[in-house]
Amino acid sequence: MEKSFDALVDEEQFDFEYTPHEEKMLLNFGPSHPATHGTLRLVMELDGEVITKVMPELGYLHHGFEKLGEHRTYNQVVTITDRMNYVSPLNNNFSYILAVEKLFGIEVTERAKYFRILLAELSRISDHLVCIGTQGVDLGAFTPFLYLWKERENIYQMFEIISGTRLTVSYARIGGVPRDRENIPPAFFQKLNAFLATFEDTLDEVERLLTRNKIWLNRTKDVGVISKEDVFQYGLTGPVARASGVEWDIRQAEPYSLYDTVDFEIPVGEVGDVYDRYLVRMEEMRQSTHIIKQALEKMPEGEMNVDPDTKVMLPKKDDVYNTIEGLIHQFEIIMTNRGPRTGKGEAYVPTESPNGELSYYIISNGGNGPYRFRVRPPSFYNYQILPKILEGRLLSDTVAVLSSLNIIAGELDR
Amino acid sequence: MTDTKNRVVEKVKSAFSDQILDVSEALGETTISVKRDKIVDILRFLKEEDDLKFELFIDLCGVDYLEMGGFERFAVVYHLYSMVHNQRIRIKAFVPEGDEKIDSVVSLWAGANWAEREVFDMFGITFNHHPDMRRILCPDDFEGHPLKKDYPLEGTGYRESFLKVTRENAQ
Repeated sequence: MEKSFDALVDEEQFDFEYTPHEEKMLLNFGPSHPATHGTLRLVMELDGEVITKVMPELGYLHHGFEKLGEHRTYNQVVTITDRMNYVSPLNNNFSYILAVEKLFGIEVTERAKYFRILLAELSRISDHLVCIGTQGVDLGAFTPFLYLWKERENIYQMFEIISGTRLTVSYARIGGVPRDRENIPPAFFQKLNAFLATFEDTLDEVERLLTRNKIWLNRTKDVGVISKEDVFQYGLTGPVARASGVEWDIRQAEPYSLYDTVDFEIPVGEVGDVYDRYLVRMEEMRQSTHIIKQALEKMPEGEMNVDPDTKVMLPKKDDVYNTIEGLIHQFEIIMTNRGPRTGKGEAYVPTESPNGELSYYIISNGGNGPYRFRVRPPSFYNYQILPKILEGRLLSDTVAVLSSLNIIAGELDR
Repeated sequence: MTDTKNRVVEKVKSAFSDQILDVSEALGETTISVKRDKIVDILRFLKEEDDLKFELFIDLCGVDYLEMGGFERFAVVYHLYSMVHNQRIRIKAFVPEGDEKIDSVVSLWAGANWAEREVFDMFGITFNHHPDMRRILCPDDFEGHPLKKDYPLEGTGYRESFLKVTRENAQ
C-alpha cells in the first residue's frame, strides 16, 4: 500500500531513458528554495525548459498542531494558531476563537467585534503586502518590495503596541482580547491614523511600478490560469477563486463579527492568471482600508471583554491582587487542569482569511480543551492545483505561480 | 431548522433512507450521519441534484471517537458548501475499527486528494480507488497514525531511536 519515498523517482512515473532527440531531467525545486518561502518540495520532470511533470511533496515542517491542540486548554490553543499562518496570525487567532465562542455560546461586546474586524483587516493587508512584495522579488522587482515592506513594518509596530509582540501576537481569548479591559493604548490609534493617511499612496506607487510594467506583464499574464470549474473541483477559495471570476467572499456571504454592518466591494478577476491574482490582492488591500475606516468610526466606547462573571475571562488585576475570590478566579482560568469548560458539541466557523476560507472545526467532549481540533487551511487546498497549472509551462513560470498562490508552509503542513 | 436545510435533509433522507444513521441540528449546523457504504453516491447526489448543488468541496477530516462514543470508532467528516443557496452541510461517514476503509471521493472533487491522504496518514483509514494512497505529512517509514486517540502525544519512541549527538560522538 505505502510506496517508499523512492517511488518519486520511479521509472513508472518519470522517464529517464536517454534518447538522442529527447532528454528529460529531474529537478528538485525546494524544499528550501527561496521561492518556496518555507518548505515545499516540487519534484519536476523537465524537457529542456518545459515542465512535463510536477509532484509536490509536503511534510517537511509537520509540527502536529492538530494533535497538540487536542492536549491544550481552549485559551492555550491560541498560541498554536499563530504558528500555522505566521504572516497573518490575527486572522487565525480570531477564526479559532470564533469557533470556541460559538461552542461556549458567548457573544462578545460590539466594541470587541469592531476591534477584531480592524485587526483582522490590518492582518489581511500585511499578508497581501508580504505576498505581493515577495512575488516582486521573486520576479526581479526589488523596489516595490521595499515600499511594501515599510508599510508592513508600520503594521507590525501597531501589533507591538497592543500585544507586545510583532509576529506571533496571540491576541484572542474566549470572550474578547487578552488585555486592555478598559482601553486600547492611544498610541495604537495615532499609528493607525498615520498609516491610513498614507497607505493608499504607497499602493498607487506600487501600481505605477508594476501594473503596466512590460516585464511584469510578460511574466504574469496568461501564466497559471485557473478556470472557474477548477475552483469548484479543487475547493479553491479566497483571492485565488475570486481572480478566476467566482464572486464569493465569506465576509459578505456568511458575515461573522459585524462584517454585515460595513460596506466593501468584492474584487473579481476574469482570466484567473497570476496577473489577475495580483490585481485582486491590490484591490483587496484598498477595500480593507475602507473597512478599517468604517470600523474605527463605528467602534463604540465601553467594555472590550465580556463580563468576568461569565467565568471565561480573566478578572481585573486589582481584584486578583486584593481579593481571594479574584485570585481563585484567575487560577480557575489559568491552571491547565481547570480552565473554562463547555458541554458536548461541535462547532464549525468559516472565516475569510487573506488566503481564502480558514475554518476551525472543534469537537468538545466536555473537557477544558478541544477533543478534536481540525483546521481547514486555505493553502492546503489552493496548492493541490499546482501540477495542473504548471505542467506544460516553462520552469521560470514556477516562481510566478508559486508566489501568486501565496505559499504558507505552516498551513500546508500544520 | 430553516426551510432550505429541511429540504436538503428530507431529500437526502428519501433518497438514501437505509443509509442514514442520524440527523442533528446544533448551533445552526446540520449534520447528517451516514453509513460508509454509499458515501460516494450520497455526496454525488448532494453535488449534482438540481436544487441542492453543494458544489464546492470545503474540507474532509477524520475523527477518532474512542473516548467519546459514536456509531463506530472512526468517522470521516465532509464539509460541503452550496454557493447557489449559500448553505453548508456536514456529512459524517462512520468507519468501524479493524476495517478502516471507505470509498474515495476524488472522482467527484480532485481537491479531496490530499485531504484523503492526510486522513490515511493521521488515522490509518484507507480510501478505496484513491489514485495515490501514500502518507503525506509523516515520513514514509513512520510507524503508527498520530491523530488516533490511543497514539501518545510524545510518540511511541520513534524519535528516541534517532542518534543523540553528544560532545563525544560529534563529528
